[in-house]
Amino acid sequence: MKAPDFDYCRPGTLAEALSLLAGADGEAQPLAGGQSLMPMMNFRVAAPEILVDLAGIPELRGIARQGDMLRIGAMTTYRELQDDPALQAVPLIAMALPHIAHDAVRNRGTIGGSLALADAAAEMPALMMTLNAVIELAGPDGPREVPATEFFLGYYETACEPDELLVAVRVPVAQPGEVFGFHELVQRHGDYAMAGVAIRATGVAPIAGLAVGFFGVSDRALRVPAFEEALTGTDGSEAAIAAALPKLDAIEFEGDTKISAETRRHYAGVALKRALKEMLA
Amino acid sequence: MTRDARITLTVNGEEISAVVAVRTNLVDFLRHDVGLTGSHVGCEHGVCGACTLELNGKAVRGCLTLAVQADGGTVTTVEGLADSGRSDALRAAFTRRNALQCGFCTPGMLASALSYIERGGSDDRQAIRDHISGNYCRCTGYQSVVDAISDVIREGDGA
Amino acid sequence: MTGPATIFDRPNTYIGKPEPRADAARLLQGRGRYVDDLNLPRMVHAAFVRSPHAHARIRAIDVTEARAAPGVLAVYTGADIAAEVTPYVGTLTHMAGLRSAPQYPLAVDVARWQGEPLVMVVARSRAQAEDACDLIDADLEELEAVCDQETALSPDSPLIHEEFGSNLAWERLVEAGDVDTAFAAPGVTVVERTFRFGRHTGVTLESRGTVCDYDPSENQLTMYYSGQAPHMMQVILSKHLGLPEEDVRVISNDVGGSFGIKIHTYGDEIAAAVAARMLRRPVKFIADRMESFMTDIHARDHVVTARIGVTAEGNIVGIDMDDLTGIGPFSMYPRTSAIECNQVLNLTGAPYALQNYRARGRVVFQNKMLMCQYRAVGHPIAMAVADGLLEEAGRAIGMDPVALRKKNLMADDSYPRQSASGMKLDDLSHQKAITKLTEIMDYDALRTDQAEARKRGVYRGIGLVSMVEVTNPSPMFYGIGGAPIASQDGATARLDAGGALHVASSITEQGQGTNAILAQIAAGVFGVPIDRVRVTTGDTRNVPYGGGTWASRGAGIGGEAMLQAAHALRDQVLEVAGTLLQTTPEALDIRDGNVVDAGTGAERMTLADLARTVYYRGNELPSDTKPELIATRHYRVTDFPFVFTNGAMAAHVEVDIETGFVKVLHFWAVEDCGRVINPMLVDEQVRGGVVQGIGGALYEECLYSPEGQLLNTTMADYIVPMAAEMPDITVAHIETPSKTSVLGAKGAGEAGTGGAPAAILNAVNDALSPLGASLWQMPMTPQRVLTALSEG
Repeated sequence: MKAPDFDYCRPGTLAEALSLLAGADGEAQPLAGGQSLMPMMNFRVAAPEILVDLAGIPELRGIARQGDMLRIGAMTTYRELQDDPALQAVPLIAMALPHIAHDAVRNRGTIGGSLALADAAAEMPALMMTLNAVIELAGPDGPREVPATEFFLGYYETACEPDELLVAVRVPVAQPGEVFGFHELVQRHGDYAMAGVAIRATGVAPIAGLAVGFFGVSDRALRVPAFEEALTGTDGSEAAIAAALPKLDAIEFEGDTKISAETRRHYAGVALKRALKEMLA
Repeated sequence: MTRDARITLTVNGEEISAVVAVRTNLVDFLRHDVGLTGSHVGCEHGVCGACTLELNGKAVRGCLTLAVQADGGTVTTVEGLADSGRSDALRAAFTRRNALQCGFCTPGMLASALSYIERGGSDDRQAIRDHISGNYCRCTGYQSVVDAISDVIREGDGA
Repeated sequence: MTGPATIFDRPNTYIGKPEPRADAARLLQGRGRYVDDLNLPRMVHAAFVRSPHAHARIRAIDVTEARAAPGVLAVYTGADIAAEVTPYVGTLTHMAGLRSAPQYPLAVDVARWQGEPLVMVVARSRAQAEDACDLIDADLEELEAVCDQETALSPDSPLIHEEFGSNLAWERLVEAGDVDTAFAAPGVTVVERTFRFGRHTGVTLESRGTVCDYDPSENQLTMYYSGQAPHMMQVILSKHLGLPEEDVRVISNDVGGSFGIKIHTYGDEIAAAVAARMLRRPVKFIADRMESFMTDIHARDHVVTARIGVTAEGNIVGIDMDDLTGIGPFSMYPRTSAIECNQVLNLTGAPYALQNYRARGRVVFQNKMLMCQYRAVGHPIAMAVADGLLEEAGRAIGMDPVALRKKNLMADDSYPRQSASGMKLDDLSHQKAITKLTEIMDYDALRTDQAEARKRGVYRGIGLVSMVEVTNPSPMFYGIGGAPIASQDGATARLDAGGALHVASSITEQGQGTNAILAQIAAGVFGVPIDRVRVTTGDTRNVPYGGGTWASRGAGIGGEAMLQAAHALRDQVLEVAGTLLQTTPEALDIRDGNVVDAGTGAERMTLADLARTVYYRGNELPSDTKPELIATRHYRVTDFPFVFTNGAMAAHVEVDIETGFVKVLHFWAVEDCGRVINPMLVDEQVRGGVVQGIGGALYEECLYSPEGQLLNTTMADYIVPMAAEMPDITVAHIETPSKTSVLGAKGAGEAGTGGAPAAILNAVNDALSPLGASLWQMPMTPQRVLTALSEG
């Protein structure tokens, strides 16, 4: 199928982009890497009147270390992240990147696009939640910041308003002693996860400072504080995991054409167990 | 703002200037406006990899990139890879190993393979398989493709 | 059949050599010529509005707005197209009792599957045609849909074709011996299982498509066709558009995969031809991927309940099976949708020396996409049922599956003979094949590894299959039933003035290497270097009349015609050479492009010299020497309805019992396709077939809602095998040439797809068996494996 017709503009500054969005009365759609938006347009399930291509905006680019944070511009591609030595400071992202789609998609797909789209099965939202990243937005009333843990609201729904743009994400760099885990269950390399988990802990024996982000399990990426609390202070053994897993009741697991909701819940536990095992090894 | 746009880009070393409907994706533009039909369209949603080509030195999905986004850029298609000689070793290995049947996936497969080889990918068979796992081939069993890529890497290493 | 003994031991033969394909150079440089690459002057583009419902009455369709949309040239409803064609019915007289209703390219009053075309829009671009489709308002009254084949025959089911009184399209019963008595005998263990085979589809990377061009000055319709049987399409277009056959030309250039998908009559493609005639200009239709999933023929969709009886000593006493298959709302034209079920009945248990066999098949209508012949028609069902039951019976009586097979496979020296289902068999090598298979896979070592792994909580399984494959069909397949499908093929060999060999054949190239093997056969048999051979295929105006490529017939039938034509040309050339060189033709040979002394190999004259003499300087020839250096020969199989091949395959899998994921660790295939013309091409074709079979066994399924909505119409949702998860596949050959031809080649194209699912099924069940679980449904998805484990 071919995309429906639309107007296209490529602003050169953030201010110009914001003013285009403000003037479009909700009919404008920002275009980042296009790796999710373009398929939707090609299927004619997305039919924006105006496409605002963000590729020409310098304010959305660049990876910079700012103290204990790594600031990643929204239009940074996965490939640029992968190639940037600064990424060593955020090993969890480095662990996850090879699992995100395939080379040609990573060459254009952007971190900002993934976060703004908020696909429930995508890795980046869960990673940002797990890392306690901060999402920088810009809108007609100026910039604001939203913690990643409060950003994802539902199916393709975020705290970003239609007249706002996601500018950057600030990710805390790994502290000494901090460890990370990542595991996703996919039938094929590069597919969206049937369930996935990202883990961060400040200590392992016993587990301390634990954050666990789940993706591909429900309508959005999410963390379950009660579950994290239940595992904190344990040795991360299978018994400890089994004792904590009922706390995942807080998640509304979803079934699809491939697996039932019950299986997805089971998968979340398996992914967690495997990620934790590898992390503690 | 416009529904048509004039774009100028370098395609296989040749400067092309054209007016395109902004909704036209890069692979449709190359195939139907420029006449470079070597890049193929298999799914139009970025999964099959048939339209994989090189934009500004990186492999991309031609169906998930608008032609207008390539304005000012440099595009290399399967035709350009052949003309410049960059795909010589791969083409020889694909021929020797019978790493293609119907040939429809081949241009995308070559683009993916080349990006892997040129970035110093190893000859580990699973690593090669993982890398080309975004390129669907219905005819071969993939084995001959892996063999061909592996051959080129080994030859490049002087083995 | 006897033939020239010198063919295979000639010094310059290419038969049996891993010769690289000449076509590869073109395809690797992006210089292929696929249908969508065509851009003809004044060409316009078609898109279709398709039924959103599985079953709906068309109340009204408002196309006013679409007609006025930018770029639109024409909008045609079902009635508009119907007025230009005669309807088609997918029945054949030899499929006794098969019924189907007349079908038009677009739905006229009732839409009977989701995706059936309702309206055709022709515009200056595909995008504009799609824009206009969005403006069409179809007022549809949704009707109750028949989706589940297991309830389609119940008296209270809605009917798809009222006039038939039921949803039954066809049924057949095959009976040999007395299964009931055999099963009731003392000491016989009877194992019964119900197998479910999901629908899947071909997913050719190049989707279906056509460019149809009509020239009113000559009343000439030219169809550029991404397909397998140009002459068949020529007849269909001629018959249903009312054009003289000679005014229809069908051209197949490069085809981006077909696998049986592109050999049927699709309404959207016929409508493109109709539109081209009405608009008097070229019309292009290229299916997009959603259209491919919704409207390419689907395959399989069987529920089989089957029993096997086996004695304590491991003698199989019989198989009893009941196959119920759903085919969509019509039988596909012209090959029909009953052939798959017929094949299941014909092939189940065919490798084994069975005395007692009973097989019932029922083919039912349902409101889903039409089901029809796709690679390895019926084979995966037949092989999985027989060999699935066999391995289950082995478990029941405590006998190793290899020993059980060896005990029951037909002896290699027992041919010609018949299968229990009445198939005539010859030149098979089941015993050799399974022996070779167990050697190359190191069966005993794998069993040891399996036992070790189980101690570590790792569940590996080994599964085998012994199989037959239907290849080289005779007229008994289609022609006998009235289908316009040639079972013979022709080849022409022509020596040009420069000494080059031009060959043309009615078989077609879809990537399997047809052109390459034609060149190999022609070069070797005639006597020129292969780089002096040029091949023409896929054009009804320029090649001999024939069937095309399907049912693994290209090498065996088209190859034999090529051999005979090249040999006939050689005779012509040697006769002229004898005259010119004042010797007998028998004293001469053609080698490496030269006429040589047969005994010494000494060059006597070049082919170019000879051809130039014949073509330019006929005055130097006796007046009774014809200036003719061209020969055409046709070939068909006469002694057998089909030429069967056989093979044996094995899968080694690991089942992650926590997730239900199945990883294929390795796969082995031993294939006996008679004489191997090009081992490199055959090997990768077998591998590709195996991977398609693994797809059917583990991944691929067209999932419908109970209301008949196809739920997975993207390549993210319908998953096909990709490189990362596929194993390396070891291929080995046994060569038992067919006696039906000089060449002795049988087909090889479908073995992998036909056999791999059974091997995978058996391997998964072997892995699950210590846990008391088993699974008899394909694809064996993680969910189904987990469910089986929870029930185990």
